[in-house]
Amino acid sequence: MPRTALPWETKRKLLVKAEDKTNPRYGHKPEERPAEEYVKYGVINLDKPAGPTSHEVAAWVKRILKLNRVGHGGTLEA
Amino acid sequence: MTGVLPIALEESRKIVQALLLSGKEYICVMKLHGEAEKERVKKVLKEFEDLIYQRPPLRASVKRRLRTRRIYYIDFFEMEGRNVLFKVGCEAGTYIRKLCHDVGEVLGCAAHMQELRRTRAGPFVENRDMATLHDVAYWFMEWQQQKEEKILRKFVQPMEKALALVPKIYIRDSAVDAICHGASLTAPGVLSFETGILSGSMVAVFTLKGEAVALAEAVTATEEILNMEHGVVAKTRRVLMPRSTYPRCWKSGEA
Repeated sequence: MPRTALPWETKRKLLVKAEDKTNPRYGHKPEERPAEEYVKYGVINLDKPAGPTSHEVAAWVKRILKLNRVGHGGTLEA
Repeated sequence: MTGVLPIALEESRKIVQALLLSGKEYICVMKLHGEAEKERVKKVLKEFEDLIYQRPPLRASVKRRLRTRRIYYIDFFEMEGRNVLFKVGCEAGTYIRKLCHDVGEVLGCAAHMQELRRTRAGPFVENRDMATLHDVAYWFMEWQQQKEEKILRKFVQPMEKALALVPKIYIRDSAVDAICHGASLTAPGVLSFETGILSGSMVAVFTLKGEAVALAEAVTATEEILNMEHGVVAKTRRVLMPRSTYPRCWKSGEA
């Protein structure tokens, strides 16, 4: 039986409609953001330990990094 | 239960909805409550591939009504006594605890989920740029002392990484700030875009530098965008970039 198409294996092609340049004076490539901004617009691929809930783990990360708000992508039960 | 739990920091919290809707993969140990033949267990697991009906468990954060979920695959690994090890790839919102319970019902001997490790959440996978809580605490301290940005990049990734599986539309610099103010994306601002965009589906609006500007809802499909000269391509739903990052290029006061 053929497998259902996996969403994470979807191959996408880029279609070009028009050409233009980007002005280096504005914005940053994501990997070149200044440190503070890099954290503010950052995501951690965390290996959740067993025991605490996803919310507790997110709260710990928040405290360790001294941040104001964090969110998590998809609850993984305790 | 352990494994991949993407944590979105500060402003990047706005992208978690994209992660919540993305597919997951788990490694699971299911414990049977009685004897069952290995071949039969394998066969029953296969029956749970594709579309299944599932009622969320008692302890769930959603309404407990019957719903359908797609199981992309179940790969049986091994069985030792009453423990069954398998890998499952599934749609967002599938309860593996419930899946184990239901497999047990079909087998007749009952079963429960013994161990679970998430190995994928959308674009985030196990063992690739993954950090434990200890890593986070250690590297953060190192970074604070040494102020070397490469330490930071060891455990924090740009939010754009979380949007890797969402089809993208790249736009002109001159269109960026209007989007940041909540305007819809119109055809003249579009430079390039990816295949697989469907009307009504989520797209990510990006700059040529590869920065995420906003999450938007496409109002046309990939095939149509190429020939559009004017009109709305996507409606802005969630702005990710702060205003005035790029210069304002539209005239105010126009009808």
